Amino acid sequence: MDEFFHMGGYAFYVWSAYGAAFAVIVALVWQSVADYRAQTRLAETLEKAAGGRVRRAAHREHETGEDAS
Amino acid sequence: MAAMNSLTALQRFHAYANPARFMALSARLVAPLWILSVLVIGAGLWFALFDSPPDYQQGETVRIMYVHVPSAWLAMFGYGVMAFASAVGLVFRHPLSDVCAKSAAPIGAGFTFLALLTGSLWGQPMWGTWWEWDARMTSVLILFFLYLGYIALWATIEEPVRAARAAAVLALVGAINIPIIRYSVVWWNTLHQPASVFRMDGPSIAPAMLLPLGLMGVGFTLLFITLLLVRMRAEVMRRRVRNLRLATAGAAAEG
Repeated sequence: MDEFFHMGGYAFYVWSAYGAAFAVIVALVWQSVADYRAQTRLAETLEKAAGGRVRRAAHREHETGEDAS
Repeated sequence: MAAMNSLTALQRFHAYANPARFMALSARLVAPLWILSVLVIGAGLWFALFDSPPDYQQGETVRIMYVHVPSAWLAMFGYGVMAFASAVGLVFRHPLSDVCAKSAAPIGAGFTFLALLTGSLWGQPMWGTWWEWDARMTSVLILFFLYLGYIALWATIEEPVRAARAAAVLALVGAINIPIIRYSVVWWNTLHQPASVFRMDGPSIAPAMLLPLGLMGVGFTLLFITLLLVRMRAEVMRRRVRNLRLATAGAAAEG
């Protein structure tokens, strides 16, 4: 096991490369998922706050292709 | 006038119908793709670290290849996705292609950074230098700056349609760098070694090393696609938030 972590004397280079890859991937995953959750929550809050009026308007526009305003 | 009306109707159709369909489809794909990415990368890591031989010249440092090469592939693949989606966005005015291009950029930038960093960590013990201004390394550094410039351009223009147009032009102009990176090791006498996997005469790399490299390559690509879908979903929601805010502000101004 010691030999494995030693990496033939190149431990610093090999484990730094794998550590950096892990860190960058975790950061990308965390940031992407957090952003998706935050935006979804925000959209739900705004839709509720609009009392369904905006949503109904958007829905009507979607169905008829006409401008809701 | 009639043509203009039909164009805006088409744009309106795109704006509503397609993101809705995309959201429904991607919602079902995201979870299985996460699982598949973890499984394939997990298998790749096992072979990369435990069940593949050290190189007869490079010793254990060859294991850096299993993160360096997939990262470099994705650095270029990510730019390809971004440039292609930008072209589609410019020609067909399809909002989802703008969303796709914008979402690919930070992932591509992340993997380009990894390719540069792991390359440096491999170069120091094997070539005796962290960095060399040779054609391959310089062109990949330019790729990294292109990604950063593209992200910055999106951040500086408030209105999404205008931002998408400007960013798409930058992405397409920068696409000239991709063949330069690919052939830099052929056209110039570089410190970096030439391609050993995607060659006309087949891979020149040992099969025991090709297996972990292939698994890591596929696993990283699956992860890229998963991240791209999640980021695109976030971007669609961000635009919904923006539209809701504009609609609320408009209603308040009228009332």
